[in-house]
Amino acid sequence: MVICRNINKTYGEVVALRDINLHVRKGELFGLIGPDGAGKTSLFRILVTLILPDSGQARVNGLDVTTSLKEIRRSVGYMPGRFSLYQDLSVEENLKFFATVFNTSVEANYELIRDIYVQIEPFRKRRAGKLSGGMKQKLALCCALIHSPEILFLDEPTTGVDPVSRVEFWDMLDRLRQRGITIMVSTPYMDEASRCNRIALMRDGRALSVDTPENIRASFSRPLYALRSAGMYALLNDLRGYEGAHSCYAFGDAHHLTLGSEADGAEAELRSWLDRKGYADAQLSRIEPCIEDCFMELARQ
Amino acid sequence: MKTLKYLLEKEFKQILRDSFMPKIIFLVPALQLLILPFAANFEMRNINIGIIDHDRSVVSQQLVNKVLSTGYFRLSNVSATYQEGIRYVESNVADILLEIPAGFESSFATAQPKEPLIAANAVNGTKGGMGSAYLTGIIREYLAERSPQEAVRPAPIAATYLFNDNLSYKNFMVPGIIAMLISIIGGALSALNVVREKEKGTMEQMNVTPVPKALFILSKLTPFWIIGFILLSIGVLISWAVYGLLPAGNLLVIYLFTAVYMIAFTGFGLAISNVSNTQTQAMFTAFFFIIVFALMSGQFTPVSSMPQWAQHVTVFNPLRYFVDVMRMIYLKGAHLSDLAGQFGIVCIFAVGFNILALIGYRKTEG
Repeated sequence: MVICRNINKTYGEVVALRDINLHVRKGELFGLIGPDGAGKTSLFRILVTLILPDSGQARVNGLDVTTSLKEIRRSVGYMPGRFSLYQDLSVEENLKFFATVFNTSVEANYELIRDIYVQIEPFRKRRAGKLSGGMKQKLALCCALIHSPEILFLDEPTTGVDPVSRVEFWDMLDRLRQRGITIMVSTPYMDEASRCNRIALMRDGRALSVDTPENIRASFSRPLYALRSAGMYALLNDLRGYEGAHSCYAFGDAHHLTLGSEADGAEAELRSWLDRKGYADAQLSRIEPCIEDCFMELARQ
Repeated sequence: MKTLKYLLEKEFKQILRDSFMPKIIFLVPALQLLILPFAANFEMRNINIGIIDHDRSVVSQQLVNKVLSTGYFRLSNVSATYQEGIRYVESNVADILLEIPAGFESSFATAQPKEPLIAANAVNGTKGGMGSAYLTGIIREYLAERSPQEAVRPAPIAATYLFNDNLSYKNFMVPGIIAMLISIIGGALSALNVVREKEKGTMEQMNVTPVPKALFILSKLTPFWIIGFILLSIGVLISWAVYGLLPAGNLLVIYLFTAVYMIAFTGFGLAISNVSNTQTQAMFTAFFFIIVFALMSGQFTPVSSMPQWAQHVTVFNPLRYFVDVMRMIYLKGAHLSDLAGQFGIVCIFAVGFNILALIGYRKTEG
């Protein structure tokens, strides 16, 4: 559905995208995952024909983004990162407006949005600007869906949304995918990666890795440990000086440490080193890597 | 068609739901039309005059009384010497000085009567110029009346003011002000419109829809076109109700011209809006042009009295033609056929500005 080949984009001096290669399959929920400034929005804007790439080729639904702009616009739904519906129009007016500009009607595609729309229907007379953050996202999703697009581009739909609404939102995306809509979604939250069929980890305009979340985690080759202790900050500094360590990062309430070698004695050596350093209370446990560990590891390379 | 209808519906909803805009659009022009014609009046009244009377005779006293009784002048001070009088001018107490020479009365009988001296403060050029012209006229008239010798009296000149019997300023200011108000409101509103969608982000959403560029521009242009008609109607009503002015020519021709003019001027505003990134940029650019258009429209200074280069510049000023047409129809009763030139030029503006607006609007950036 979406094919990117060596896409490059610069804004003056700033390089936004470098040699992006992606392939999103039909019916897939594909995640672009990376921190702010990784180039996620730029890639979306190229794919929905708002900007042109400097070089490289991109096809959406088999159509070239530099030559078949009008056809692409008809078959994609786009939800920008910033709420961009008409704030002075009501919920139902916005929906009707976007249905009309795509030459269709709300009734014709109501089935597609019903699950989502029923949640905001009690507020249908309310102006879009007066909705809560989660409601706005639901309305924006309805408006992006109302012309029954074949592929949906959602730019950070869960940013700034509360944790419960985020889970709800991903459930909605799951149901849409089951209906056969291809969805490309970006997010800065690594924990949302597992909700995608496949993901691309992005950083500084590069796609570091493109695969299923499981494969990306499986490709993490180094032994990974979580450490907790009374003096967390001192521990972090000391661990970074430990000669057997490959990398060490603060991860919420624990430090994630990777070791340089998989050798059997490595863990025992680490324990005795901790004792010598005065961290007798340190809890050490071998853990499975999460996507964030993979991202940090890939970003180091 | 259905799309255009809904695009327009949306534009009107947005304009009417704004708690501020409808007031700006309709109330402000109405108020301005009530106030501006009085303020933008070139008739000088209440010019402060300082008198230096060296003669102190019956005749000089009569002259001073005559000057003051016209209503144009207000006595500010009486001084003994010119030097003393000029100090009042310097301190802005007096605008103009009238010095009557000693022996003014007695020189009357001679063939060469002594002439009084007029000194006007020209910091405000209009006030100084008009003041001394009035004063000269009054003195001439007085001298002619009083002169015993028939030969000294100048031949009377009868002036008739065509198309504006009383040379009333309001009669020719009001139609021009209507033209200006329509331009200011129409130009500023359209200049702010598209760029507001850019600022709010809705433009990004619009640009991924299949709505053609021309249709989008048309949906932006039409509301201002209609607002232009409403403004014109308010203007025509106020000028009739308050100033007793009715066009000598056909009112429909005014509406027809406004229709073409509004397409041109909204296109101008939209072109600015399309190339601007923020409302501040758009507002600043629009106002820069509108002020130049207004000052060079012939509304305040006749185009024919501008320097040659400035006259050439006014050819590119759409407002000039609108002011011109309003006066021609209101005062002169011009017919459609008399205005063919202005119609033609404004049509060219309409096409040109809207092509610019279309070129400036890009759904995809490079």
